[in-house]
Amino acid sequence: MTTDEAVCRRQVSGDAFDACHVARLSFEPRYFAAVAIVLASTLAPPLASQLGAVIEAPAVVALQPRPFSYRLAGEFTRDGRPLSAPLRIAQLDRTLTIMIHQVTVADYERCVRDRGCLRIPHDSSDQPVVKVNWQDATAYAAWLSRQLGAAYRLPTDEEWAFAAGSRFSVDEFPDGAVDPGRRMLQLYEFEIDRGAPFDAAPRAIGGFGANENGIFDFAGNVWEWTDTCYVHHASRATGAETAIANCGVRVVEGRHRTYMSDFIRDPRTGGCAVGKPPLNLGFRLVRA
Amino acid sequence: MITEKSAFTENGSMSRRSVVLLGALLPTLCSSAAAMADELDLPRERIAPMAPPFVHPHEQSTSKGPKIVEFSLTVEEKRLTLDDQGTSIHAMTFNGSVPGPMMVVHEGDYVEVTLINPGTNSFAHNVDFHAATGALGGGALTLVNPGEQTVLRFKATRTGVFIYHCAPGGDMIPWHVVSGMSGVVMVLPRKGLTDRNGNPLHYDRVYYVGENDFYVPRDEKGKFKSYASAADGYADTMEVMRKLVPTHVVFNGRVGALTGKNALTARVGETVLIVHSEANRDSRPHMIGGHGDYVWETGKFSNPPETDLETWFIRGGSAGAALYTFRQPGIYAYLTHNLIEAVELGATAQFKVEGPWNDDLMTQVEPPEAIGTQVRAVPRTTAQYDH
Repeated sequence: MTTDEAVCRRQVSGDAFDACHVARLSFEPRYFAAVAIVLASTLAPPLASQLGAVIEAPAVVALQPRPFSYRLAGEFTRDGRPLSAPLRIAQLDRTLTIMIHQVTVADYERCVRDRGCLRIPHDSSDQPVVKVNWQDATAYAAWLSRQLGAAYRLPTDEEWAFAAGSRFSVDEFPDGAVDPGRRMLQLYEFEIDRGAPFDAAPRAIGGFGANENGIFDFAGNVWEWTDTCYVHHASRATGAETAIANCGVRVVEGRHRTYMSDFIRDPRTGGCAVGKPPLNLGFRLVRA
Repeated sequence: MITEKSAFTENGSMSRRSVVLLGALLPTLCSSAAAMADELDLPRERIAPMAPPFVHPHEQSTSKGPKIVEFSLTVEEKRLTLDDQGTSIHAMTFNGSVPGPMMVVHEGDYVEVTLINPGTNSFAHNVDFHAATGALGGGALTLVNPGEQTVLRFKATRTGVFIYHCAPGGDMIPWHVVSGMSGVVMVLPRKGLTDRNGNPLHYDRVYYVGENDFYVPRDEKGKFKSYASAADGYADTMEVMRKLVPTHVVFNGRVGALTGKNALTARVGETVLIVHSEANRDSRPHMIGGHGDYVWETGKFSNPPETDLETWFIRGGSAGAALYTFRQPGIYAYLTHNLIEAVELGATAQFKVEGPWNDDLMTQVEPPEAIGTQVRAVPRTTAQYDH
């Protein structure tokens, strides 16, 4: 098994993007080569009639690409020393069509009834579905795509950041001491200070209001899965650069960015060794 | 008379003089021990105990003679939140904290405790001192109903760290203990702590970590229940207790009581004495990234301390003490090394240690990087970047 296969062996196939495939592409001397992605066209015709009820397309908003400030995801080192993730000006390579609400309990239950999704215990139907892992979210996207005859998927981290706009936190642990003890202490304080000022009980959809793009509930008490893999970027003064992706861990976005194993439903038990883990895990989708 | 009683139950303390005065006015409230106190011609010291993890100031060794050391414990029945999800119980506490305060004396001193059960409480309480000899550790002499108080004096004949806990009889014993009613008495040798060769050992800081196991009933949906009163929750709680599987195992009364902003602190080069108690159940303290330099695993200082331990064992119903000098800065997790209980149920504390890093003790020779230099991978990207 090659290293690429090893780090990607947990990648889920299906209409989710095959990160392992891209991981094996040749690497240009830039951190991120813009790689053209074509989603596998495995879309079945709408099956709504079989359910006896029409599945409505989720409310979306279309955002035209324009430059935005973006903190790259993943861990970065230079010559072995930890670095803050670089802050860059980015621009999406196409129009972003994204749901204005998080997927709700009621939405998710339709998928469960249709045997497209695993049953998750929940409280109120008008709340965002929580305690879902990345696999649940991608299963829902696959089901919705089949129902509606259009390709829905989780947003990439870049897409999430662009849509979230002012609700995207570019806050990042600053380049600090090289002394491992000092850095450990600084990171600890940093994590303590960015706890969410909310309690964990999900609110009804819209409970955290809309951002400037008319999209609701970004950076409330429900963090959202993205499709972006956890990557370790290493660079050397010699110019050598490597980026190793672990697609068994995905970027999770919300009041702060974090990384979660894709099978975790309760972030309190699957998150950071120190600092505040997300309060809840939910998701919203983009339409390709 | 009423006025005076209210005054000292409010502030939880009173002078020796007021005990004698009240003894004359209210003979039924005073034990015979209080009357006998006058027979001892020893100096007295009144100590204001501190809430854990902190410990009241004390001498580590003393050249003076024995004295009578006075403490007061006021039983406070109160609601206690156990975790960040707001799970709560009707706790029973000594002086409002879980665990109760640590009380430090020297071998040969007399510990004189005023146990106060304010009239606002619902239950009878007492206290059993494992450091004491006779009368069920004092439990048989100290049962106080709401609105009563008592004074017990015992001689600290053995050195070490010893549990004290409420033990009001029958099912009430485990129930009161797992509702929070335990603490520690530390009896230091008059000459202070020593290693196995009799060389003196000192500490710069002392922390008291009290571990508690809680048994919170759940509803049909699996959610933790709360009750209007402790009595309302009693039957359900006993049912969970009898299965012996705690819902929470925590340090100092709640998940996260000793982490984050409440993390314990030290500096490189400082020596810390960590006293660890569990009044009901076994535990396995471990310092991730550190050790126990000198550990009195059974907590009794007349035995030589073990050295260089990785993990030590606290028998349920006992306290142990570990002495450690921090040699490296950073974050240390101090936890029970049943990691399920530490991570899932809460029994984790953290130390923040400041100071210079020692490369000789540890160096990251190569950071995590690709195996070989040619292996490269690119994650999915949907954007372009200006560099």
